[in-house]
Amino acid sequence: MFKIFTQKWLTGCFGLGLLGLSLFVSGVSNAQAQDVQIATMRDNILLTEEVAPPAIAKVENKDLKRMRDYPQQPPTVPHIISKYQIDKNVNQCMDCHARDKASDVQATPVGVSHYLNREDEYQAGMSPRRYFCTQCHVTQTESKPLIDNVFVDVNDLMKPAAK
Amino acid sequence: MKNILALIKLGWQILSRPAVHLSLGFLVITGFVSGVIFWGGFNTAMELTNTEAFCISCHEMEDNVYMELQSTIHYSNRSGVRAICSDCHVPHAWSDKIARKMQASKEVWGKIFGTINTREKFENKRRELAEHEWARLKANNSLECRNCHEFDSMDFTRQSKRAAFQHSGALASGEKTCIDCHKGIAHKLPDMAGVQGISH
Ligand code: HEC
Ligand code: HEC
Ligand code: HEC
Ligand code: HEC
Ligand code: HEC
Ligand code: HEC
Repeated sequence: MFKIFTQKWLTGCFGLGLLGLSLFVSGVSNAQAQDVQIATMRDNILLTEEVAPPAIAKVENKDLKRMRDYPQQPPTVPHIISKYQIDKNVNQCMDCHARDKASDVQATPVGVSHYLNREDEYQAGMSPRRYFCTQCHVTQTESKPLIDNVFVDVNDLMKPAAK
Repeated sequence: MKNILALIKLGWQILSRPAVHLSLGFLVITGFVSGVIFWGGFNTAMELTNTEAFCISCHEMEDNVYMELQSTIHYSNRSGVRAICSDCHVPHAWSDKIARKMQASKEVWGKIFGTINTREKFENKRRELAEHEWARLKANNSLECRNCHEFDSMDFTRQSKRAAFQHSGALASGEKTCIDCHKGIAHKLPDMAGVQGISH
């Protein structure tokens, strides 16, 4: 009897506390939102105004492999891929990137990780988890980044700090 | 029965008798004129059946393949040159044209018996239909593609590296033809299990 009373009472207190905390947090973030300028793609143009959209950037098709920023990065695609079909009927990427076909077209075969199933066992065929290539591999466009990239390469990070 | 036979006999007698009252000139001229009319009509009919409007007058063609064609480079591109159904599917040489038209009676048959009259039926039959087209293009060395894309006019230096590498290799040597490497350029591909792609 006494035990139940304390439990209910405790839960009640906890709930009230949570409510108070969330009210406080939302108040703070509201205050912040008012004086922080967020760069949006609309570039401070009112919702009611129409502006000419920027031209659609061209996809780079130079066939030159790009540097990876860290060893586990899925490499970006150095060629156009808009016409390749990836669905239940066919995966056209694998026409060139499968282990037994890549050398014919001088493509990089998919990495060994693409043959691992979720139990970390190697399979003869590509893992279903890696079927939809464009989930991880993207093309690049000939355009300027919208905001600065502050990524630091691990090699630079390890360099002794300049004086 | 006897009457019919007699009628045929009479008809034949009239036809086989030399014309006594008509001049040779008249016969030659009417023969020529009707020949022209017949020939012209025949060719016009042939041309009509080569229009895209004709092909997509059947919903089987419009709802599936035509819809898919619209998002490809052969429907809209920067140079504004369009390929229509007959550019890729109907041979230009006259004798081949007739042969294709004869073959097309299969399509009328298919229309009547509804072989692909639903999306599902089409999906199920698609591999078979695609294989017919691949076999035809393989056999004629991708003639229809080459009517527009001439190998001799390809400037490899203006192509992407991947394209130039393949075109100056397996294509130039004649080991492969366009359709070996470029399947599915105008429509979506069927289940491709076991079909060879760009390599091998
Ligand atoms: C016609 C053959 C072909 C097809 C199809 C193809 N690729 Fe490639 N891919 C290549 C070649 C060749 C390279 C090597 C660089 C180059 O020549 O572009 C490459 C490079 C890549 C790379 C960079 C590899 C690295 O080591 O940096 C990625 C990622 C890639 N392709 C992904 C894809 C994806 C995703 C698809 C399908 C949407 C695809 N490829 C379809 C031929 C192909
Ligand atoms: C879940 C994310 C994911 C998917 C999906 C995926 N990849 Fe990758 N891919 C990676 C990562 C991460 C790497 C780099 C590390 C590695 O090799 O595993 C990579 C590496 C590669 C490489 C370079 C291999 C090497 O040895 O340098 C190629 C080529 C490639 N992928 C192609 C493909 C293709 C083609 C598909 C679709 C069939 C695909 N990937 C699907 C994540 C993915
Ligand atoms: C009368 C309706 C109709 C018209 C008009 C029509 N098609 Fe078809 N087409 C069909 C049907 C039905 C099939 C499926 C036949 C089958 O089941 O074998 C078919 C199949 C095809 C195939 C596959 C051929 C094969 O050998 O299996 C091609 C290619 C094709 N049509 C192209 C065309 C083109 C090009 C035109 C215009 C010149 C056209 N069709 C006009 C109804 C039509
Ligand atoms: C009526 C003329 C015509 C016919 C027939 C034709 N093409 Fe094309 N093809 C074009 C045009 C035009 C382009 C777009 C050129 C451009 O603007 O870059 C093109 C583009 C292409 C491309 C480049 C695709 C891309 O995304 O860059 C390939 C590959 C291609 N055609 C293959 C074929 C094959 C294979 C056939 C035969 C089945 C064929 N073509 C038949 C006119 C034609
Ligand atoms: C041995 C394989 C192979 C053959 C044969 C082949 N191609 Fe290609 N073609 C490619 C590859 C690979 C590419 C570049 C990647 C892609 O478009 O998928 C390409 C690209 C193209 C392009 C686009 C050009 C560019 O710069 O990207 C056109 C147009 C084209 N091919 C037309 C043809 C025509 C027409 C034929 C027959 C006369 C033909 N190809 C035969 C492999 C081949
Ligand atoms: C640029 C060439 C080209 C054009 C234009 C084209 N086709 Fe095709 N078509 C093909 C090729 C190549 C195939 C063989 C299958 C494949 O590779 O996609 C095919 C296959 C087909 C098939 C068999 C089913 C399938 O999807 O494989 C039908 C039906 C068909 N085409 C009808 C049409 C009709 C109707 C039009 C006009 C609206 C048209 N095609 C325009 C090249 C073309």
